Amino acid sequence: MNNTDNKNENRITLKVYRENRGQKTGSHYDSFEVPYRRWTTVLDALLHVKSYIDPSVAIRYSCRMASCGSCGMKINGIPRLACYTKISELETSTIECEPLSNFPIIRDLVTDFSLFFNHHKDMQPYIQSNESVETDTEKKIFSFYQSPEDVDKYLQFSYCIKCGLCYSACPTVGTDLRFPGPQALAQLYRYFADTRDESTNRLNIVDDRHGIWRCHFAGSCSKVCPKGVDPALGIQLLRSYMLGISKNNKQPAKKIEINTDKENNSGSS
Amino acid sequence: MESHRILKESQIMKIHYITGIAAIFVVAVHILMRLIVPFDLSLEYDYIISNYKNIFYVLILESILVLISVHGFNGIRIILLELRQSKSWENMITVATTSAMIALIAYGTRTIILANGL
Repeated sequence: MNNTDNKNENRITLKVYRENRGQKTGSHYDSFEVPYRRWTTVLDALLHVKSYIDPSVAIRYSCRMASCGSCGMKINGIPRLACYTKISELETSTIECEPLSNFPIIRDLVTDFSLFFNHHKDMQPYIQSNESVETDTEKKIFSFYQSPEDVDKYLQFSYCIKCGLCYSACPTVGTDLRFPGPQALAQLYRYFADTRDESTNRLNIVDDRHGIWRCHFAGSCSKVCPKGVDPALGIQLLRSYMLGISKNNKQPAKKIEINTDKENNSGSS
Repeated sequence: MESHRILKESQIMKIHYITGIAAIFVVAVHILMRLIVPFDLSLEYDYIISNYKNIFYVLILESILVLISVHGFNGIRIILLELRQSKSWENMITVATTSAMIALIAYGTRTIILANGL
């Protein structure tokens, strides 16, 4: 690092929530002073703490590019991805890092996502077709045709990275752990709106006492989503179908046979 | 998930929304009917009893009673459901709010019938 770089380097106080569920020693905050530059993210600062100041700080991270959804935490009280939050954009001298609300804490900033993923699994998040989507019997492969309009109906919901920020921001989840949460409900809509899906009982999954009707429409889920997904919209669209306000005119996607022999032959010549 | 219910949650919520919207209209009519006479007169005993003899007014009162009771007690059920998550609590809350709703409608209807002199 040369002298010019040092001049441009500022310092910030990072206040990190510390708790070890295994030791049951209670919780406290540790403050660390770390250098940062214009492009430094909160995750970079936490990794600096881990590398040079206190290696015992527990964080979960992987891709560092807002794709894996591992580094979700509350930064200055708002659920955000640490890798997607620049320190310079926060415009505060102290940054408070806390674990996500509505998730059991494992240690420090690492939370337990088991219940969150169980809610996701309950929604049967996969295409259910009466016929197999792809088959290689008799050397025939089929795919389904979808128009751009068909794709637009669910595309934004397929951008979900399961980071849990919406689940953490949801006030209903805070009081009712049996409520599936915005992520799971948005995924239910994603598959319900997909023309390749032929499941007839998707809506019944969430039509119960702790299901979709417990959403208060606070809208905080959509506000915190780092991928621009609007789970609140998905929930309202599902409700309108369940109330009969919107008619389900979904036309099953056309099945198209792909001639692989031709492609293989043209590829080899 | 859950099954074996008399009504699905979506059907209950449909009733909830319909009763809520309908209640706004009947309460508006009820208030407007009060406003067509001077306020002091609207509170006099004879005027109130005479209102109970008016079949149109009686129907509005009965509608208000039923709509508000159904909507209100279901609202209380929804709020209480979020307090705890157990089958016994949910069933108890459902039975309690439904019973209270039926009791209130029965008592209110009895009052309307008695005042009407039927």
